[in-house]
Amino acid sequence: MGSNLINALYIFVLAGFIGFEVIRRVSPLLHTPLMSLTNALDAIAVVGAIVLVGEHKSTFSTVLGTLAVIAATSNVVGGFLITDRMLKMFKTSRPTKP
Amino acid sequence: MTEFAGNQHIIEVLYLIASILFILSLKWMSSPGTARHGVWAGEVGMVLAIVGTLLHRGIVDYTWIAIALVIGSIIGVPLGLVQMTAVPQRTALSHAFGAFCVTLVGTAEFYLRSPNVPRFMMAVLSIEVILGSLTFTGSLMAAGKLQEVLPQRPITYRGQNVVNLTLLAIAVVLAIYLVLHPGDRQFFPFILGIGLAAGVLMIIPIGGADMPTVISLLNSYAGLSAAAMGFVLDSKLLIIAGALDGSSGFILSVIMSKAMNRSFTNVVFGAFGQVQASAGAAQEARPVRSATAEEAAAILSAANKVVVVPGYGMAVAQAQHKVRELFDALSKRGVDVRFAIHPVAGRMPGHMNVLLAEADIPYDRLMEMDEINGDFPQTDVALVIGANDVTNPAARTDASSPIYGMPILDIDKARTVMVIKRGMSPGFAGIDNPLYYMDKTLMLFGDAKGFVGNIVRELGGGH
Repeated sequence: MGSNLINALYIFVLAGFIGFEVIRRVSPLLHTPLMSLTNALDAIAVVGAIVLVGEHKSTFSTVLGTLAVIAATSNVVGGFLITDRMLKMFKTSRPTKP
Repeated sequence: MTEFAGNQHIIEVLYLIASILFILSLKWMSSPGTARHGVWAGEVGMVLAIVGTLLHRGIVDYTWIAIALVIGSIIGVPLGLVQMTAVPQRTALSHAFGAFCVTLVGTAEFYLRSPNVPRFMMAVLSIEVILGSLTFTGSLMAAGKLQEVLPQRPITYRGQNVVNLTLLAIAVVLAIYLVLHPGDRQFFPFILGIGLAAGVLMIIPIGGADMPTVISLLNSYAGLSAAAMGFVLDSKLLIIAGALDGSSGFILSVIMSKAMNRSFTNVVFGAFGQVQASAGAAQEARPVRSATAEEAAAILSAANKVVVVPGYGMAVAQAQHKVRELFDALSKRGVDVRFAIHPVAGRMPGHMNVLLAEADIPYDRLMEMDEINGDFPQTDVALVIGANDVTNPAARTDASSPIYGMPILDIDKARTVMVIKRGMSPGFAGIDNPLYYMDKTLMLFGDAKGFVGNIVRELGGGH
């Protein structure tokens, strides 16, 4: 438990630094799609919810887990979909039109 | 036994690949050229992670998992297909969904594990549930305000911060008690309830102009609550994704609060919506110069360099497509047209960029505040469409102004300023804008979409 905790804290801190360095470089142009993308990635919480449902330890936990999987899945699907739709719209200047 | 252990290795490797793909996904977001690779990387990572999870040896029944995945996808598709003008409320709603998921899992984990919850786990579980429930109701409130289902005016009362902080303090005390006595289940619902209430109370005093900061902050909370869930479940993947999301929201909150000249503590403690709406009343009858669409079109077509300054008003009027026609008509006449985007223009970070990109305006014409501010003295016409406070020179010159010190677009340095506005009512913050009374300013009174359309018609480029 003790070493697990320390490992987990290391991972959290290092991932936070990576996030900070990577996201600092994101152009303000793309801040809206960035937010919808991180939202979709954050919905990785679905893996915890899936295990909770599948283990079926109690009816209570299965019901809450099912709702949680629904919420997270809609974020995964909707988040990636809208991020891609937004990014598709960003176009650079075309060659001069006729 | 060995078979299970093999599965476990496969799962760990899949999670590792997913983590790498998530980081690459964000890295590729750094420029519009590679950003779509970022979405693909994220999608592949997500699929690998879900497939890996389905191999988990503890799973005994797949029925409800399958049903939930299908229902979630059915709900997700329309949420991914909303209008671009609805993106801020959609984003707030998805923060709510994410936080909802985290809160439910945290609650279920508590009741499954109690009374045998190790102290550290109980501590992170409390963080998970408090942050999750607060983000859930807070984001729902924000979405409601953005969708205009709820009143947008900030509601403030005396001692607001004291009430909020007291509530949170009670939640923390209860959480500490549970850390020491994890068997006393009856206290858990109170923690949950306080979190839910705090989320509502936190957003009540928020007005529209504060939304970019608030949405970023909620984004950060959603990420941190997911990371806390990762600690509870001992899932490295979840900790990584949560930390990435948390730092993303944090960075955006800092950028937004700087762009509004708020200190970061001011943002963290939720002291939003404090700008007093009393400053405007004094000077009403000052003369302004107004112009017709015909005159505006003549001035614009005679210009060499035009900078358009869009704001939330453009989004409300859905004027972005007309603005695009204006861009085309002027570009055809050899006028150099660019767009100046203030970081907090609109209702969420990057809101204006998405709307203008949707209208097919090339992104290399969209300029950040720092890039374009030096160019205003050489700009013939600055055309303001639906923006107000971000153009207010009082932020630079008048130390008594509530927005003094806020970085603004230096529109007043352009040779001619044109402002499309419905009437002379002050902007969101209720602050008079001296820009409107300058000799070189022409007020174009009317609806943004209609007026831009009229200018386009005068230029001979309309449909």
